[in-house]
Amino acid sequence: MNIHEYQAKELLQKFDVATTRGRVASTLDEAEQIARELGDVEVVVKAQIHAGGRGKGTFKNGFKGGVHVRKTPEKVREVAAQMLGQILVTHQTGPAGRVVNKVLVAESAEIAREIYFAVLLDRGTAAPLIVASTEGGVEIETVAAKSPEKIIREPVDPLAGLQPFQARKLAKQLGFDSSQLRSASKLFEGLYRTFIAFDCSMVEVNPLVVTTKGEVLALDAKFNFDDNALYRHPEIAALRDVAEEDPREVEASKHGLSYIGLGGNIACLVNGAGLAMATMDIIKFYGGEPANFLDVGGGATEDQVTEAFKILIADKKVKAILVNIFGGIMKCDVIAQGIINAAKTVKLSVSLVVRLEGTNVERGMQLLKESGLALIPADDLADAAQKAVAAANSK
Amino acid sequence: MSVLVDKSTQLVVQGITGSAGAFHTRQCIDYGTNVVAGVTPGKGGQMFDGKVPVFDTVWEARQKTGCNASMVFVPAPASADSILEAVDAGVELVVCITEGIPAMDMMRVKALMRGKQSRLIGPNCPGIITPGASKIGIMPGYIHKPGNIGVISRSGTLTYEAVWQLTSRGYGQSTCIGIGGDPIHGLSHLDCVKLFNEDPGTDAMILIGEIGGSAEEEAAEWIKTNCKKPVAAFIAGMTAPPGRRMGHAGAIISGGKGTAAGKIAALKAAGIAVAETPATIADTLITHLKARS
Repeated sequence: MNIHEYQAKELLQKFDVATTRGRVASTLDEAEQIARELGDVEVVVKAQIHAGGRGKGTFKNGFKGGVHVRKTPEKVREVAAQMLGQILVTHQTGPAGRVVNKVLVAESAEIAREIYFAVLLDRGTAAPLIVASTEGGVEIETVAAKSPEKIIREPVDPLAGLQPFQARKLAKQLGFDSSQLRSASKLFEGLYRTFIAFDCSMVEVNPLVVTTKGEVLALDAKFNFDDNALYRHPEIAALRDVAEEDPREVEASKHGLSYIGLGGNIACLVNGAGLAMATMDIIKFYGGEPANFLDVGGGATEDQVTEAFKILIADKKVKAILVNIFGGIMKCDVIAQGIINAAKTVKLSVSLVVRLEGTNVERGMQLLKESGLALIPADDLADAAQKAVAAANSK
Repeated sequence: MSVLVDKSTQLVVQGITGSAGAFHTRQCIDYGTNVVAGVTPGKGGQMFDGKVPVFDTVWEARQKTGCNASMVFVPAPASADSILEAVDAGVELVVCITEGIPAMDMMRVKALMRGKQSRLIGPNCPGIITPGASKIGIMPGYIHKPGNIGVISRSGTLTYEAVWQLTSRGYGQSTCIGIGGDPIHGLSHLDCVKLFNEDPGTDAMILIGEIGGSAEEEAAEWIKTNCKKPVAAFIAGMTAPPGRRMGHAGAIISGGKGTAAGKIAALKAAGIAVAETPATIADTLITHLKARS
């Protein structure tokens, strides 16, 4: 789940992480009002969408850039008018772009120095790990590749948490002088507490800046949350903005299905994440392009299978559907009945290749046969993939 | 022969009275697993299906029955506590089937298990089976066959696929271990490889991995210099886009790390035969065995 920049700012403020002053605006009046409150300072106006490259993006109305600095409340209002309600296209949004419904209006920081600082859950050590670098403001992968010696790693004991001495050591390693030690370590400890409190898998601050006045501020933060822990963070779950997500994925998640759209023409319906990935792989191996990842899970019901089918068929690029089920807990006859129900409610105009194996396989195949559905049965995984690729190519 | 579980394994099921726990307990009993106890807090003193005593705590179950393995079916919010309860009671092997456990809960479980004798399999896994002897998990029993191939996997149904290919070709399995699809879990690929390497009943191994993390690479590195037995592998997720979690919380390519291509290269460099598609996992091992003999 992704959240907006202004929401990240609000989360950081809960744990006293110093950041620039400012708030989010949905209207021109609000934007102007916030700028007025900030006083006689330069103000930055930033379009709020879930995509990078906003500064270099272009609005469909011709306005260039989703990030602008202005000096007066009136000018802030003017620039907000060019953004709100408009569609911003960046290298990450695709040509369709995203509608900008909110802008962040904040004090513009005069940056003296940029630092990279992240807290993440390291799977190798099963513990939190702080990754930091004096080379902030750029992609950390680039720094890691070009100058790995500039990456600082500080492991944290999962039971004891970040110790104050670790924060001070990090501050020195990152080049803070004695007068900044207190504010820098306070910020680091605040970020660590934020990371733990919201069950994050990562909190990345890039850049963390030192201003010309010597203040230490988190300028922009990216959060990755653990989906498994959202049940105990309703305040985080409420930040979800479904308008920013693929509508097919939103629909699938309503029915407890794990779906990811991919863009090819062979749709897959599989039980189990590993087998679902492997099914995509084998389609590609035989020269086809998978349209999606879809895991119906271990104990899917007839209704879930029917809903899964509707989502697959709604993708207009799809020319063939490959059902690959290895029944364990999931029974093949349940899958078969779900397919039959779906075919009754939606007109099936694409080829359907079905491979069933495992629990109740005979009953499942029998049900499909009796239904009179035009489908292509497959003997095994390789056979199924080849038949699906052939069917998609023949259309 | 086998690893971790055999006919002498005495199982306690945590969450035995829940719907999934009850269903799979019956399946395990039908397969021949020796289920000696169940635990559901508040239901101590009951009998499950008239034959398995239910206790309030694992501590009591361990004292009264001597259970030496546990299968955890309790819901995700309480799973970490259940695992630690079994560890505290001294249960040697804890198999956690539950999916959806917060990663930070597992982080604390791993930290608290340090220095303890207990081993953890999972969470978010199909469990472990020694064909013909004992099944602790949710895998369909009949697809397995006793034999001498060890199977290690992060995935559930993909493991069934590989096992079924082996069984259909007449190759049985010593033990099959589903280590689970979460980023933080118990036994790793490498831990299992080491167990199979020492097991006289295992002649060869199949290792099934997927995108995300570096556990497959670490296993490959060890196998290269230490493993005496032939290994075949398959890595799922060649076509997975970066930055997207593919169902399993652990299956994600981030920062250019954990790609299928990188894992396959590491496995091949260690002399492991890598299957090109999921349909040829067993055949890849069989060809590899024939080439070596």
